[in-house]
Amino acid sequence: MDLSSINPILLIASLMVAATPILLAAIGEMVVEKAGVLNLGVEGMMITGAVVGFAIGVNTGSPALGFIAAALGGAAVSMLFGVLTQYLLSNQVATGLGLTLFGLGLSALIGKPYEGMKSPVLQKLDIPVLSDLPVVGPILFGHDPVVYLSLILVVLVWYGLKFSRAGLILRAVGENHEAAHALGYKVIRVRLMAIAFGGACAGLGGAYISLVRVPQWVEGLTAGAGWIALAIVVFASWRPWRVLLGAYLFGGVSVLQLNLQAAGLAIPVEYLSMSPYVITIVVLVFISARGQHGAPGSLGRSFHASG
Amino acid sequence: MIRLEKRPSPSRLWTVVTPVLAVLATMIVGGLMFWAMGKDPFETIRTIFWDPLFHETFGPYSRPQLLVKAGPLILIAIGLSLGFRAGIWNIGAEGQYIMGAIVGAGVGLAFYPSESILIFPAMVIAGAFGGWAWAMIPGLLKVKFGTNEILVSLMLVYVAESWLASMAQGLLRNPDGMGFPGSRNLARDFPAASNLELISGTGMHWGVVAAFIAVIFAYVLLSRHMLGFQVRLTGEAPRAARFSGVKPARLILFCLGTSGALAGLAGLFEVAGPAGQVSIDFGSGYGFTAIIVAFLGRLHPVGILLAGLLMALTYIGGELAQLMLGLPGAAIQLFQGMLLFFLLAMDVLSNYRIRLTKPEAA
Repeated sequence: MDLSSINPILLIASLMVAATPILLAAIGEMVVEKAGVLNLGVEGMMITGAVVGFAIGVNTGSPALGFIAAALGGAAVSMLFGVLTQYLLSNQVATGLGLTLFGLGLSALIGKPYEGMKSPVLQKLDIPVLSDLPVVGPILFGHDPVVYLSLILVVLVWYGLKFSRAGLILRAVGENHEAAHALGYKVIRVRLMAIAFGGACAGLGGAYISLVRVPQWVEGLTAGAGWIALAIVVFASWRPWRVLLGAYLFGGVSVLQLNLQAAGLAIPVEYLSMSPYVITIVVLVFISARGQHGAPGSLGRSFHASG
Repeated sequence: MIRLEKRPSPSRLWTVVTPVLAVLATMIVGGLMFWAMGKDPFETIRTIFWDPLFHETFGPYSRPQLLVKAGPLILIAIGLSLGFRAGIWNIGAEGQYIMGAIVGAGVGLAFYPSESILIFPAMVIAGAFGGWAWAMIPGLLKVKFGTNEILVSLMLVYVAESWLASMAQGLLRNPDGMGFPGSRNLARDFPAASNLELISGTGMHWGVVAAFIAVIFAYVLLSRHMLGFQVRLTGEAPRAARFSGVKPARLILFCLGTSGALAGLAGLFEVAGPAGQVSIDFGSGYGFTAIIVAFLGRLHPVGILLAGLLMALTYIGGELAQLMLGLPGAAIQLFQGMLLFFLLAMDVLSNYRIRLTKPEAA
């Protein structure tokens, strides 16, 4: 075993890359849950985004178009969930699971012809001078645009939820939909918009896996990333900054275990690759042992205006 | 204007009719999808739903497969339905299925090449225990710390899959297998541990028998037993359940434990019979498809029995369509996902009444 082969600077830089898909999906899901909707279909939307982004990226040769298509694809499948849960008042847990199973099937079908292809390369945002700085350069200034987009999104969501009128309405709908309805807010419309936003973010996250992180299409590519994003929202107690923290912690664990695998640690590979999931469970236990702080009041309940 | 009016209790008629409608709608939309893929929709639907049972050449081969595939689906779905009724969501049945197979096969392999008749019963108990123990992890964490059982049970699927890979290449690897991953073949090389067809040509093995017993057991439990009543009450009126003295912790552990044990059993019967060995790709997705089966069967034991057979048919028919018409395997997966969507969408008809009203004057 040779631990000195692990370079801490590269580790942090690759941690950010590993965390980005989960961060995107988790910040989107957080907004959805803030609106009072529990969408368990993150995994399904992510993998749909992954395959759509990859297909469009390969066919057009432009990763940017791939990402746009992935966001649209994720939003489109999220609307299936939206219509079912908001208009047809179906059970959110069951429908979310259905969306995941549906997305896995859909992506496998679309992705079949693309197996084994290589994706176009997403250029890094090489900022002159800054990215050549020692230590800080590769960590802060040597990434591709989507990494920065995900960070900007965290800031926007934090600001939007906390200070904007729209954010206030969204939180009101999520905390108590009857009261929000009585005040004249369109509960279902707000929720549908939140669900579409969550779908677009999950789609982007999925495309980041297929276009940048891996970069290839294989069936079942996301391998539970969507579920981990859901766990991170709980870990974060529905706060944007802690979503960022959670996603980067998780990215750190998964990069570290890959590095340890490569360094030839005496632990078998299988035990290292299960470690991110085990650690997620352990973290969830710690968080829930302190009680569920910050869960929106109407989370997971259907809204039906009677009368 | 269309308005939905909540029914005081779900309509019994629509509860039975909606699954049938959902299957029909899936066939229509699925047919359109097959047509878009350049296949003859009618021929494809016939190949999936009719040929496996009644085709002259394929029928005799595929009919036994119906029970082989339906057995684990029904067994797992029966367990899941208990929890789903009470609002306890075990979605990690795939992991419990894998752990049941590993533990059960491990116990059997430990006694190789004994010929004792006690080996198979011991494996059955060990398989159920493996699944039960794996499901107890989310159960105990939920009871002790309030951890979300959906996320924990799902995470444990990935842990179980890693474990399976480790076992197939390490501890349980066939010592005579020349280094190839995968355990000894229980069905072929170890008669005392094998779960073979009981009546030749039917596909009936011990797992199918267990599935039928589970259906009867669940039916009696839900309609005649206090515990079944508490399960139903907790799902329909959680507050009333608490006031009437239902202990949520006990119910959570019961529901998760039972569904885990049944999934573990399904895994054991599969590994000792149709699959034959512990191998890296043993996990087959039954644990996830069983979720669809449970909902399609309306969480009712008899419904699940029928839904399991139908879903098994789409598996076999899907393979046949893959072989005969070159239909991609993923199309069937999508088809099954679509079925769940249609079913959930049509649920609105059993829970709500649709009223047409004139727009009110402002």
